[in-house]
Amino acid sequence: MVTMDSVLSLISGHYNYWMGIVLMMLGLYVAISRGNLIKKVVGLNLFQTSVFMLYISMGKVTGGTAPILTGKPDTIYSNPLPHVLILTAIVVGISTTALALALIVRIREAYGTIEEDEIAAIERQFEFPKDRVA
Amino acid sequence: MPEALFHHLPVLQVVLTLVAAPLCALAGSRWAWSIATAASIIAFAITVTLFSSVLDGTVISYHIGGWAPPIGIEYRVDILNAFVLLIVSGIAVLTLIYAQKSVTAEIGSEKHGLFYAAFLLCLTGLMGVAITGDAFNVFVFLEISSLSAYALIATGADRDRRALTAAYNYLIMGTIGATFFVIGLGLLYMLTGTLNMADLAQRLFDHGDNRTLRTGFCFVLIGLTLKLAMFPLHLWLPDAYSRAPSAVTAFLSATATKVMVYVLLRFLFAIFSFSFAFEASVLRVLVLPLAMIGIVVASVVAIFQDDLKRMLAYSSIAQIGYMLLGLALVSQTGVMASIIHLFNHAITKAALFMAAGCFVLQAGTTSIRELRGIGRDMPWTMAAFVVGGLSLIGVPLTVGFISKWYLVEAFIAEGWWPVALLIVASSLLSFAYVWRVVEAAYLRDAPEGVVRKEAPLSMLVPMWTLAGMSIYFGVDSSLTSAAASRAANALIGASNLFWQ
Amino acid sequence: MSHHLVLRVVANLLLPFILVFALYVQWHGDNGPGGGFQAGVVFAAGMILYALVYGVDALKKVIPAKTSIILMSLGVLIYAGTGLSSLFLGHDFLDYSGLAANSTQGQERGILIVELGVGIAVAGAMIAIFTAFAGRTPEIEDKEW
Repeated sequence: MVTMDSVLSLISGHYNYWMGIVLMMLGLYVAISRGNLIKKVVGLNLFQTSVFMLYISMGKVTGGTAPILTGKPDTIYSNPLPHVLILTAIVVGISTTALALALIVRIREAYGTIEEDEIAAIERQFEFPKDRVA
Repeated sequence: MPEALFHHLPVLQVVLTLVAAPLCALAGSRWAWSIATAASIIAFAITVTLFSSVLDGTVISYHIGGWAPPIGIEYRVDILNAFVLLIVSGIAVLTLIYAQKSVTAEIGSEKHGLFYAAFLLCLTGLMGVAITGDAFNVFVFLEISSLSAYALIATGADRDRRALTAAYNYLIMGTIGATFFVIGLGLLYMLTGTLNMADLAQRLFDHGDNRTLRTGFCFVLIGLTLKLAMFPLHLWLPDAYSRAPSAVTAFLSATATKVMVYVLLRFLFAIFSFSFAFEASVLRVLVLPLAMIGIVVASVVAIFQDDLKRMLAYSSIAQIGYMLLGLALVSQTGVMASIIHLFNHAITKAALFMAAGCFVLQAGTTSIRELRGIGRDMPWTMAAFVVGGLSLIGVPLTVGFISKWYLVEAFIAEGWWPVALLIVASSLLSFAYVWRVVEAAYLRDAPEGVVRKEAPLSMLVPMWTLAGMSIYFGVDSSLTSAAASRAANALIGASNLFWQ
Repeated sequence: MSHHLVLRVVANLLLPFILVFALYVQWHGDNGPGGGFQAGVVFAAGMILYALVYGVDALKKVIPAKTSIILMSLGVLIYAGTGLSSLFLGHDFLDYSGLAANSTQGQERGILIVELGVGIAVAGAMIAIFTAFAGRTPEIEDKEW
């Protein structure tokens, strides 16, 4: 039976997942729906960052400290592996963003705009010169 | 070969091209091509050695940093990925030989150093994806190859500025795909606490079916199918392939999507291993119909293209449909048909795109209308195109026939007659789009005042090597079908362990 | 930019600390938080601050475009070269045990060299990315601030 308590514990017990899902969907929506090329990249970054946070949150061990050797035998550490994986993914994300921005700079130089629909209109005129839609 | 050197071959396979890439960037335009070609030839030699030593079913395992799996990263060479490596590095050698003239004509000379560096990084990434036995390492190499591929496609802007938007759209779609893949991996890691593929398979099986596993499976499947351009997720591919420089298109079309199909095969059969009914039903209910629709739709769209490269790109989407059909059947023959088509389509499509690149170089266009009468001006190039076209259709004595034969056989064995019929009928669609080019090239008169010479020898030789291979392996398919059948057995064998 | 006195003084004060902090992060990566990637980014951030205050041309005098490509390539070569050198010492790729007399020292030395390579490559790449972007657009004139 679904009670208020079970719903609340589903939300509060997994709040990192809920945050991840919300951010993920926001980012994906922006990346797909916006016509501005820069905004698409921003959405893509948000999407990737939500995944980073999902990974980091699952490496957390209750009561665990940052995984730096303290020298004491009874210290509990968080799981460092997701951190390392995400460090790699962050590097990949930065490279992707840099490459995307570089492409946008070139697109702006070639078309004079970074709006997807305007680029499409220019390309259409380029391909069908007779078809001059105002 | 000394034992010590042989032991290190799996890592040298990836590292040598990685080292050669910065050397290309440092050496500048004059030496970049020579360095890149030399590195790819060495990589191919290593692949051949590895392939011949795993042909009998042995598995080579190499521990990076001396850390034993499942803790450390493991490079694992078996018959299946040795076969994929053979395709990737072989195509790379031929494309690089072909590229010298083609790239000089299509890309500004000041960029050649960085161009070949990016090419080698792309090659490194693709070989790394194939060779690694660590699931997260797949993602890292995947992004190395994808990022350099976006840059390579964007270099087509010297000839056609639309290459920039094509590269941008590919980047957005590719990154979304890769991120989906990482989400899936994260869920699997959360479930099992391991990333080593073999360990992952065992622990997933021990855990049994659950919702996290299913979600992870769906994320991995969607991410990979986006990267390999399965039908409704294919929108990035036609633009990217038709606007990239010719050599890049020839290389990527023959390797990038093929490596993704390999990763899909590896994840489906060696990691998820079909121990749960859910995976098989997703494949049969979702992937199989989409592959069938993709074959028909992409072939029909290909018929109406005027741009030759765009037509070939749509045909690639259809051909990927055949590979997905084979693996979605989840049977030994089906998987074997997929693997053999992986090889066959790689050599066929590379030859076809190389022919298109020759047209770009000598005629300055890939518009089918403007290529009228090209068969008389460039007989050798056009003949290679016809061989490739026949193979796309699946005419006997070409490799295309071999793959379709196994595919039809697999579906008949399972009693899926309508699908088998569709595969045969779809050949008619391929015939239609290939015929349009052949008709324009041989039966029409050339446009007036156009002078077109035969392509230079350095481009004809690699193209005809591939065209010759697509006839040779069509007549005598014993080598490819033996390798594909053993690879399929290994995959299905791994999953059968858990089947009941 | 000549009259932005406060900016210039603050930047001049901060720059040495940023660069030294980058080196600190670089050399403490083996037994504390830090490492080549972070150090490279911090170092490049210092350079970018310099460019923001004194202009991209001033940065290009310090680090020309060609130099940043050389730095990137050099970093990758140091990384891969360290890995390959362990092959000659009879160990697997990136197994640094053979780089010193005992294997713990070897691991420590190996990771320092590898992180140095990473740091150089990242710093070079970040500076190259910045100058590539900043060099493209016309400089923003002072009156447009």
